[in-house]
Amino acid sequence: MSATAIAGDTLTRIARLNPAINAFTAILKERALAKAQAIDQTRAQGGPLGPLAGVPFAAKNLFDIAGLPTLAGSKINRERAPATRDASAVRRLEAADAVLVGALNIGEYAYDFTGENVHDGDCRNPHDLSRMSGGSSSGAAAAVAGGLVPLSLGSDTNGSIRVPSSFCGIFGLKPTYGRLSRAGTFPFVASLDHVGPLARCARDLALAYDAMQGGDTDDPVCADRPVEMVTPVLDTGAAGLRIALAGGHFRAGVFPEVRTAIARVAAALGIKAEIELPEARRARAAAYVITASEGAALHLDRLRQRARDLDPAVRDRLIAGAMIPAALVAKAQKFRRWYRARVLEIFEHWDAIVAPATPCSAPALGQQTFVLDKVEMALRPNIGVYTQPISFIGLPVVAAPVPVDPLPVAVQIIAAPWREDIALRIARALEQTGVVAAPCPAHT
Amino acid sequence: MKNPDSDQLDQFIDATAGLLDLPIELAWKKAVKGHLEVTLRLAASFAEFPLPDEAEPAPVFVA
Repeated sequence: MSATAIAGDTLTRIARLNPAINAFTAILKERALAKAQAIDQTRAQGGPLGPLAGVPFAAKNLFDIAGLPTLAGSKINRERAPATRDASAVRRLEAADAVLVGALNIGEYAYDFTGENVHDGDCRNPHDLSRMSGGSSSGAAAAVAGGLVPLSLGSDTNGSIRVPSSFCGIFGLKPTYGRLSRAGTFPFVASLDHVGPLARCARDLALAYDAMQGGDTDDPVCADRPVEMVTPVLDTGAAGLRIALAGGHFRAGVFPEVRTAIARVAAALGIKAEIELPEARRARAAAYVITASEGAALHLDRLRQRARDLDPAVRDRLIAGAMIPAALVAKAQKFRRWYRARVLEIFEHWDAIVAPATPCSAPALGQQTFVLDKVEMALRPNIGVYTQPISFIGLPVVAAPVPVDPLPVAVQIIAAPWREDIALRIARALEQTGVVAAPCPAHT
Repeated sequence: MKNPDSDQLDQFIDATAGLLDLPIELAWKKAVKGHLEVTLRLAASFAEFPLPDEAEPAPVFVA
């Protein structure tokens, strides 16, 4: 099938399915067809093609896309001048001959776990349109889960790839902090922001990840490490890897469907051991405080001048964040170094740790509270209780979906820094047992 | 770290908003206060975690 035919089919499918899901905020028909035609021409001439030749993908709308204002899910950013250049991650996927088809919906300024957006409309879960997609990479997850595109780009600060991957039942990769370039993305929390791919299988995650690797002088945080290709070792399997379940904080409050998912993964991998990440609860709290403070600092001028143009749910959290005493933020960063050292000691004895990605499957759109560990609490800020202690110290994580009732949920496969290969190998091995898979929504 | 009482928090929010030149409409105050309460409660969980003076922060600046 030609790249042009694939792009055309993709655009037709998006036109048919997107109105119900609301995953896209911009569709780039001319650009997609032009790229696809160029690929077909190169193929006809016998020229070299990249490893993602013809693969349609879309990017969360905090990635710069040339010619579009970078919305970052906001009303205010609609007034920005169009980006003059694509984000690094977009350019690298295009260099691998993937075909960009559009920009995707997000929770405003990425300060969101639900996928709700008062400006662009809520993104909906393709498995049940009355439920949340999760966020903030809401469109990125929903577009893949709904079969609109096979690959998307998201970002993850405290869980924004892993949470929507869980709710939408797809695979997501939050790589090691600094592994993939953030250049050309609208920021949220410089201390914690990561970018990464979402896809329907571990192989596609690996292919996208490999295409995006490499240092980038446009991103001071991007590590200048040699490219360490994962795709060639993906089918090595999980045998011989030392894998444990995360206990303690990561067991407290899980809903029955998540308990089922964890049990199935543990059985498939033969996991016998459970370990505790020391002070994970405090780690989550410190991540929360750093996020609130840095996020507020970024948006301070907007809070002063344009507060009424912000989503109230985001605005009020940002205002509160601006008031956090600096001594507490400084302490959070010191605690972060302490916690990182303790967790890396654990990785001297274990290759991977498995934990839930979310406490529950996707809640109903508009739901404001839920009961976690017998305590009723606000939903929005607390969905990330299991993801935050991990991204806090930049560990690589694959979110791998387990088809359970009522809706899929994902597990986090967590590895040591720079060992994305291990997390992806385990995800692939689980796929081969059938325990993890991205289910197709019933109505598509 | 002491839990601030409700009046203290109101005064703190008003004073800080003034210093930062942050407009807070009356209708927003309850939510802002609620978020700040949660944040301070979370901060209390690590604020008194014992770390030596020599403990370095996680981010490292290179000249």
